[in-house]
Amino acid sequence: MAIAQHDDPDAGGDALAGLAWALARDLRLALRTPSELGVQLLFYVVVVTLFPLATSPDRALLAALGPGVLWVAALLASLLSLPRLFALDLADGTLEQMAMSPRPLPGIVSGKILAHWLTTGLPVVLLSPLAALQYGLDAGEIGVLAAGLALGTPILSLLGAIGAALTLGVRAAGALVALLVLPLYVPVLIFGAGAVDAFRAGMAFDANLSLLGAGLIAATLGAPFAAAAAVRIALD
Amino acid sequence: MLEAQDLAARRGTARLFAGLGLAVAAGDALVVTGANGRGKTTLLRMLAGLTIPEAGEIRLDGASVRAFSPALRAAVTFAGHALALKDEMSARENLASLVTLCGAQVDDAELDAALDRVALGERKRLPSRLLSQGQRRRVGLARLALSRRRVWILDEPVTALDASGAALLGELVAAHLARGGLAVASTHAPLALPPARVRTLSLD
Repeated sequence: MAIAQHDDPDAGGDALAGLAWALARDLRLALRTPSELGVQLLFYVVVVTLFPLATSPDRALLAALGPGVLWVAALLASLLSLPRLFALDLADGTLEQMAMSPRPLPGIVSGKILAHWLTTGLPVVLLSPLAALQYGLDAGEIGVLAAGLALGTPILSLLGAIGAALTLGVRAAGALVALLVLPLYVPVLIFGAGAVDAFRAGMAFDANLSLLGAGLIAATLGAPFAAAAAVRIALD
Repeated sequence: MLEAQDLAARRGTARLFAGLGLAVAAGDALVVTGANGRGKTTLLRMLAGLTIPEAGEIRLDGASVRAFSPALRAAVTFAGHALALKDEMSARENLASLVTLCGAQVDDAELDAALDRVALGERKRLPSRLLSQGQRRRVGLARLALSRRRVWILDEPVTALDASGAALLGELVAAHLARGGLAVASTHAPLALPPARVRTLSLD
């Protein structure tokens, strides 16, 4: 792989050090600005709550809508903070220092993506059982939904990071990130929401979850390299 | 030894320079001068490996290095216009974070000593957004004080510094050269350096 050649062959430990550095720093920054975290979670809760209000209180309808709505809301909540993932670091010069670090950039980028998931994806996963109650999902369905979200939301952060890095320095980057990334989110959405439907229909739902898991592995291996390459282009 | 040969740069359609060559030996400093827009920053970013030259070659100790190559990333400390400080973190946290990112190991005492040296000792726990522009620059000086990299590339390092800050910068660079490091700096204000070790490259 062209990008891998860029970095030392024995840089495995360095990559982990870079990951730990970026993770610790981004989490610390996120905790210093808790209002941003709160806004994203509130956004998720509000979107999820709007649908029962806007449609009908019919139990069967809500139960049918539920998984899809919860997934779309999770997707939008993840999108909300993506434009800021690299843009702030680009503006204040941290990004060029990261690119110049002896630690491999894909490792540092992985740390940032992990921090993004821990601050946006994980809270959504944890809140989803509560949100699912509004749609009258039963315990089994909630379990499958949460498992799907736990596997799927990291993919959203990983793919989103590529979009965020590609749109660095572009005007109206937020809208462009959404246009770039939303089509890539479609398979995640289909398998994630589909898992709950399959469970409800008494069919094998684990195929959907397995596909999400496979997607997660593929994205974990590929996305940090793609995002790092895009960051280098943005700095040039 | 940092060398460049036949470097060419273009920003958009404007050609900044072409056929540019330079060589800086260990222990020497190169000061790049030129009017605004002549390509000082572009040249420095090329030497730091952040910008890919349109043409030409950069060599570090005789070996050709490409942009973002591990050899450059292990040798260079780059201080650009953007200071890489996070407003939410204190001067001390920012300094520790930048130093760790460069792969260096420093203990708390060294961090505090560096901050004292740049006269930020009293302010080191304040969030960086409360620091003045000159004080923010001084965090960068503290980073230089802790840097043991061989190559320093400094883009307009004197900006926003007061007289004592500029003198301190001169001291730090002089100590760096005395250790056998080399420095490339773009500047309008003269650096307080031993004249025998300084050469000037004008892009005008």
